[in-house]
Amino acid sequence: MSAPVTAGAVDAPAATGQDPSAGRTPPVRVRRRRRDRLRRDWPLLAMTAPAAALLLVFHYLPTLGNVIAFQDYNPFVGDDPVEAFWHSEWIGFGNFEALFGDPLFWDAVRNTLTITAFQLVFFFPLPILLAVLLNSLVSARLRGFVQSVVYLPHFFSWVLVVTFFVQMLGGAGLLAQEMREAGMRPFDVMTNPDTFIVLVTAEAVWKDIGWGAIVFLAALAAIDPNLYEAAAADGAGRWRRLWHITLPGLRPVIVLLLIMRLGDALSVGFEQFILQREAVGREAAEVLDTFVYHQAISTQQWGLGAAAGLFKAVVGLVLILTANKVAHRLGEQGVYAKS
Amino acid sequence: MTAQLSGTGPNLDARRRRSRRAAWEEPPTAAGTVAKGVVLTLLVAAVLVPLWAVLVTSLASRDTIDTAGGMVMVPREIDPSAYVTIFSGGQITRAVWISTLVTVLGTTVSLVLTVLAAYGLSRPGSVGHRGLLFFFLLTFLIFPGLVPSYLVVTGLGLKDSIWSLILPSAISVFNLVVIRAFFMNVPGELLDSARIDGAGEFHVLARIVLPLSKAVIAVVGLFYAVGYWNAYFNAVLYIDDNDKFPIQRVLQSYILAGQSPNVSGAAVSLPGVTAYPPTLAVKMAVVVVTVIPALIVYPFVQRHFTKGVITGAVKG
Repeated sequence: MSAPVTAGAVDAPAATGQDPSAGRTPPVRVRRRRRDRLRRDWPLLAMTAPAAALLLVFHYLPTLGNVIAFQDYNPFVGDDPVEAFWHSEWIGFGNFEALFGDPLFWDAVRNTLTITAFQLVFFFPLPILLAVLLNSLVSARLRGFVQSVVYLPHFFSWVLVVTFFVQMLGGAGLLAQEMREAGMRPFDVMTNPDTFIVLVTAEAVWKDIGWGAIVFLAALAAIDPNLYEAAAADGAGRWRRLWHITLPGLRPVIVLLLIMRLGDALSVGFEQFILQREAVGREAAEVLDTFVYHQAISTQQWGLGAAAGLFKAVVGLVLILTANKVAHRLGEQGVYAKS
Repeated sequence: MTAQLSGTGPNLDARRRRSRRAAWEEPPTAAGTVAKGVVLTLLVAAVLVPLWAVLVTSLASRDTIDTAGGMVMVPREIDPSAYVTIFSGGQITRAVWISTLVTVLGTTVSLVLTVLAAYGLSRPGSVGHRGLLFFFLLTFLIFPGLVPSYLVVTGLGLKDSIWSLILPSAISVFNLVVIRAFFMNVPGELLDSARIDGAGEFHVLARIVLPLSKAVIAVVGLFYAVGYWNAYFNAVLYIDDNDKFPIQRVLQSYILAGQSPNVSGAAVSLPGVTAYPPTLAVKMAVVVVTVIPALIVYPFVQRHFTKGVITGAVKG
């Protein structure tokens, strides 16, 4: 907000070529100009205000509320959360000490990072492959049909996705049913902690592989077909063209999404895990987000839960800024390119 | 070298979409075609088979389900009794109404506020533009966390109110950025000429900008609606009253809570929800009811997806 004003103040003398003693007048002029601009722009501000107010109350106010991570927060010392906040005792880094000494917390961190790493290998590349596959289809009709079908699960809630998996692969699901009929002993992947990481990845792929492919399809459509033709004329086969034209064409998007995924390494999805935590047990299904939830809302250790949440937010912020910086170093655009 | 480069410079106006295989492309190999066919078939089947099984089972009679030993794949008859059961009043009927109300009300609130703010932020150089834009975009980097959010919502007295399912998630800054990018592409001369004719900003938005942006608003509206219809966890946090559960919460308690017998967590057990154990057909009917809204809206906006998604990605 101050930047354009300063620029105007600096520009004014330079433009008129006056000496520095004229520096007393610009502030008045700037102020008057701002009043004029305000008279002109107030409808824009009025339009923005309601949305800004909602973000202020439901985004920034809770962000400030994270200070209860430094409190022994007790909701019962007041009639409402605000009063409880004023009466709760400040304990410095006590919650963090308790948190970092808690093996359950480190279990949750380890599970989260393991799942992130696993999905980086077994989920992240799949939408790219799907996009390349779809792009290679000559029939627009077939392509449109496949796209319509594979985009669809993105619009299902996690409750639905897990339900579909239970009904297909669970102990009483279609697969188990067929196996029993064929005289085999059915297995229940929905309650097996050892294969849980594969299960959640399969669910994520089922839900979002098509959706994830959209952005890559757009990037593919933007590649100049002349490049392919020239490469083919020079004798490059389809695999060389894939390697030397298609992949470089996709690289900015891949790097962008990779950065965003790395910056979000501590989030692997929330509802998906809350929904299945009971079925497979805490050891396999506890991730950072579910840990926060159970610490705070189930076991009422508010300060500890807030500390875990704040830890996650701060580490996440550092990760995304670092990843972006690395991308800039490597000559890529990164997340927030200058517009 | 230089001469050669300028001779074969990028011929941009020749960038047109291929509709058929280009002349220089080699004919597909048999193995490649088969492999593609198999992969595509599997992908499509992975989505359609569960949908089919759920739909058929929901319409199957008890006998058919018993004979099949569970999920039914081959329809024998159409028995709507499961749907009669869930729509004859009670928990599920109520949940469908609540979810519908939340979706309609929430989408309206979200769309109106997002469009207004997107327009308010679409004029670089207006008063406070940079600061406000920063205020909105900063939400991408800073997250409030679950515990303080919960305390704010309960502190405002929204517990057990449907507004707790709407207000905290009413503004998606991502959607806002998408709409804003569209608004900024509206030619400035068009807006200026309207202003010279004396039109105020609200008038310009309603009469000129909105009619030009119908497609993106439809897509964002769908995103919001799907988000509200699918909202599950906010209901776990903020709705304790069984009578106010939205459909996702009921679906979870009906089906997933029965998933393993050792369910005891406060988050999932729901005493007093089911007076009778729901049959498989009834369970599957609830699933169908939960899926249907997405299926209805989907075809209308599907062709606009790419535009919406890409604009957001590029202009972020």
